[in-house]
Amino acid sequence: MTVDTADVTRQRAILLLRDYKAAVRSKRIRAALLAAAVLICAVAAAWSGEVDVKKFVEGLPRFGSYFRDIMPTLRPATFWSDVAEWYWNFPTWIELLLETLLVAYVGTLTGATVGFALCFLTSANIFRNHVVAFVVKRTLEFCRTVPDIVFALLFVYAIGLGPVPGVLAIAIHTVGALGKQFAEVVENIDLKPVEGLRSTGANWVEQIRFAVLPQVMSNFVSYVLLRFEINVRGATVMGFVGAGGIGKELLSSIRQFYYSDVSAILLMVIATVFVIDLLTERLRHRLLGLTGH
Amino acid sequence: MRLQNIDGPERERILASYPKVFAPDYGRRAATILATAGIVGLFVFGLVWLGFSPSALLRGVSRLGIILQAMFPPTAGQQLPVYITALGQTLSIAFLGTMLAAALAFPLAFFAAKNVAGMWVVRFLTKRSFDVMRGIDTLIWALIFINVVGLGPFSGILAVAMSDLGSFGKLFSEAIETASRKQVEGVLSTGASKVQEVRFAIIPQVLPIFLSQVLYYFESNVRSATVIGIVGAGGIGLYLSNEISQQSWDHVSFIILMILGTVAAIDFVSARVRRSIIGMPVRA
Repeated sequence: MTVDTADVTRQRAILLLRDYKAAVRSKRIRAALLAAAVLICAVAAAWSGEVDVKKFVEGLPRFGSYFRDIMPTLRPATFWSDVAEWYWNFPTWIELLLETLLVAYVGTLTGATVGFALCFLTSANIFRNHVVAFVVKRTLEFCRTVPDIVFALLFVYAIGLGPVPGVLAIAIHTVGALGKQFAEVVENIDLKPVEGLRSTGANWVEQIRFAVLPQVMSNFVSYVLLRFEINVRGATVMGFVGAGGIGKELLSSIRQFYYSDVSAILLMVIATVFVIDLLTERLRHRLLGLTGH
Repeated sequence: MRLQNIDGPERERILASYPKVFAPDYGRRAATILATAGIVGLFVFGLVWLGFSPSALLRGVSRLGIILQAMFPPTAGQQLPVYITALGQTLSIAFLGTMLAAALAFPLAFFAAKNVAGMWVVRFLTKRSFDVMRGIDTLIWALIFINVVGLGPFSGILAVAMSDLGSFGKLFSEAIETASRKQVEGVLSTGASKVQEVRFAIIPQVLPIFLSQVLYYFESNVRSATVIGIVGAGGIGLYLSNEISQQSWDHVSFIILMILGTVAAIDFVSARVRRSIIGMPVRA
């Protein structure tokens, strides 16, 4: 019996082609199913979210005209006096912006300090009291899941209007967020230095200070800087609920249609956020570069 | 054995053999002290400027204690259906906002990516627009969109979409820029056009990363959509701020618990979906 090699090759090719088509088909079916699921969710969400295409199409040109409206009138002939008029309230705004930055700074630093103290209690590799670890973990979870502005609403009610509730709200949220990130860093350290120190008779605090801290400090500082960036953004809206900073002025200018004020304040906010991002990024790169990461 | 416990010639010998370890580094110490002093100084300045006073803080804490007591037991009263509808609306805002942002960012990100968009000007403008969108908080966008499309969840959707468009644009274009050249060269060698290059060489590489980032942002948008109602852009936030201003603390705590439960559920589901779509957890 002879075997026709050409025939075998053809048969194999047919088989391969069939498998390929089947593989493509199953992938397509998966993709189509996923798309259908997303579409169903989107329709349900559109219904619940009161999406109105007509309203949107009508609103779209208004979006453009809104941005035209908030643009200041700057004529080349009277440029500087126009700018002066645009930023007529500059001293107040810059002061509020500084207040915003201070709210973010004090809140971040307070939150980072508390988060620093707590993170060692949730790291399974250096702390073995499971009950305490569990309680601390759940507390941190609570602190970071409740949005900072909700804390701010509560504190404004309890303490009164002003930047202090804003600071506390940001601090609490920061404790939750940084506590978790710090603990993740601590859980990934090399335990050999800790064992080395323990063998010299060092107590727990000494072990943390001389074996853990040198390993984690640069990462900690980097996370704090990132959190500061986030908190600066968060602090710009604290004023919406009366918790200090530039938000109060922004809210009233948007609500009362003081168009050129809106663009003036927004521009200052964007510039501030941009500069802070740039500075912290520089700092972080230098920090991580120095320690050889 | 501790150094303090060793004395006499043995101690002298150890100190002399390892001078670098035991000699104080004054320059470094001075830098550390200065930096610490600067940080603490600014902190104290901040406390004073912002008007922290221990007595006001103490009064606040005692009032907070009263509020906390009034929060228990949490109850929704007759409002449960209303709250559930509002929470559904919050989820819708987060979902549609994220989807809209992803759909818009997907094509735009290619204009910001160095390896796809040739023109320097196009790239620069796209990138800076993303920065501006990201620099403005979702709540500010919500206020602006309320002026454009009126009060209600629709302005919330647009606000979430707008600030996410900035984030997605940045993240997506970074993913495109780090895509491997090898597939691109392979596809180009068959004589493919620019569109075919993007479709067959770049998209297959970046799509899983995009999906994982979209899911991650959906989770975080659920959190921000819970508060968007505070300024009137729909969702549970409206009820939360109303109940706080009416001092119905048991309702407030109920709403907060509802938010916590929803966020936990969404995180759980989204983590599973992410794993099933991508196959393996991808580090974004």
